[in-house]
Amino acid sequence: MSDALVFHFDVDGDNFTSAGQASTQVKRNLRQLGLPPAIIRRVSIAMYEGEINMVIHADGGTADVMVTEEYIEIILKDQGPGIANVEQAMQEGFSTATDSIRSLGFGAGMGLPNMKRYTDSMEINTVLGVGTTITMRVNLA
Amino acid sequence: MTSNTYEHSVRLDVTRCTGCTNCLRRCPTEAIRIKDGHAHIDDARCIDCGECIRICDNKAKKAVVEKLEAMERFRYKIALPAPSLYGQFDNLDDVDYVLDGLLKIGFDEVFEVSKAAELVSAYTRQYLKTEGIKLPVISSACPVIVRLIALRFPSLNENVMHMLPPMEVAATLARERAKEKHPELSDDEIGVCFISPCPAKASYVKNGFADYESKVDVVISMSDVYFSLISKMSREDEVVSQTESGMIGIGWASSGGEATALFNDEYLAADGIENVINVLEHLENGNIPPVKFIELDACTAGCVGGVLTVQNPYIAKTRLLSLRRYLPVSRNFLMPDDDEYIPEMYLFNDLPVYKPITQLSTNMAESMRMMADIQRLNNSLPGIDCGACGAPSCRALAEDIVKGHAKLEDCKILEK
Repeated sequence: MSDALVFHFDVDGDNFTSAGQASTQVKRNLRQLGLPPAIIRRVSIAMYEGEINMVIHADGGTADVMVTEEYIEIILKDQGPGIANVEQAMQEGFSTATDSIRSLGFGAGMGLPNMKRYTDSMEINTVLGVGTTITMRVNLA
Repeated sequence: MTSNTYEHSVRLDVTRCTGCTNCLRRCPTEAIRIKDGHAHIDDARCIDCGECIRICDNKAKKAVVEKLEAMERFRYKIALPAPSLYGQFDNLDDVDYVLDGLLKIGFDEVFEVSKAAELVSAYTRQYLKTEGIKLPVISSACPVIVRLIALRFPSLNENVMHMLPPMEVAATLARERAKEKHPELSDDEIGVCFISPCPAKASYVKNGFADYESKVDVVISMSDVYFSLISKMSREDEVVSQTESGMIGIGWASSGGEATALFNDEYLAADGIENVINVLEHLENGNIPPVKFIELDACTAGCVGGVLTVQNPYIAKTRLLSLRRYLPVSRNFLMPDDDEYIPEMYLFNDLPVYKPITQLSTNMAESMRMMADIQRLNNSLPGIDCGACGAPSCRALAEDIVKGHAKLEDCKILEK
């Protein structure tokens, strides 16, 4: 088996215009790897939602996408405020986004639920005041 | 139709190409490379958008369309003017002058594409009520968009509306009408000629797609027919009233025209290839407000912005607005019993097949190895995307090297 491929991205905070760039670049790479469109779409949605979350809540962070022949793993890491109540955050429609962010059309409370829905597994590690790491996997086999 | 045998309508005139990098960097699908002093277009990637024709100062990029003389082989000649044609003339206050001009330059009959567009709009309103269709519905009218989605946004394939564009509907209806009027004519004696604002329509006619074959015989350029037309159009002449289009049909010529004809404000209309790609990226990421219909036009301002038009797109758009002002909303309606279903002739079955044209290798492990090489190479390149190597970006050069189409020495900056 060949080594895993890793794509690394820095996600800027407070920049909605560039949010989505990492997701677009990953899509391009996955197309070049010849992955099926349905898989590419799931990864791109999960990644885009994660990117937006980091922009809204954590002043940015990093995104690492690891591709092996068996799965695609997305690791989103930030040094934001952390999530106080993960169970609540996972509920559809729950959001702590401010009104100004909602006025931009974000903060509908669908980010984390969508990330979970479009991936095969999702793990959240969060420490208040320290940051959050989310690891998602999309299986290829 | 495989992408390798796709017959394009954007071609290069090698003798005029200076090998500059203008088109290289403008091409939205990175289909162009400069090699041996001139541009090369990769047919598999080209979507016929015409951006390279627009940007080339040396007129080295050509739209391959036919000349009016190509119609001489038909006994009965029908012109299908695209509505954007009406926006090309100064002080035009009546579409009939254009239609009359077309008869004077040798056509036996005119069938306005805008007439067919009004019927397509009426059926689209019905289509949107169909149960089980995938929302948002993406318009299939711009051939560049249909090809772009097939090549680059395969997960959105199901959203594309299975309705034929007005040009095709017009061709079918025009033939039927001609045969009714002239039962003595055989099928191959009738020639249907589309007067096109863009090369993409010419490709569409040449290639069809999936199992669909175009009903248009000849595509000529709007700019070509323009000069013969203005010399024949005269205010002095009494012209017969024959136009059959209303506001909706003529509105199709500019961006938003197709969408507003749905009488439903849940739509999004975008124009200009970069904007369109951006909208499709957002749509693929699931980040689009809940709309029912998406109209996408590859050219800025819509069809009036096509590279085969004569007039500036915004001037053309303004003219069309004043032309439309006193027209009825629509002059074409569905029969009451048409309200239930959409006739077969308006629909097509299969979309172009997704071609993973950018795929590095058919073997996943091999693709991964190549991708790792590309990343490594990309990091060693200067990253200024100057285009001097002949590839549109450092990343594209890295890809070309790994695929064996270029060498590291092609980089003029590292050479120094």
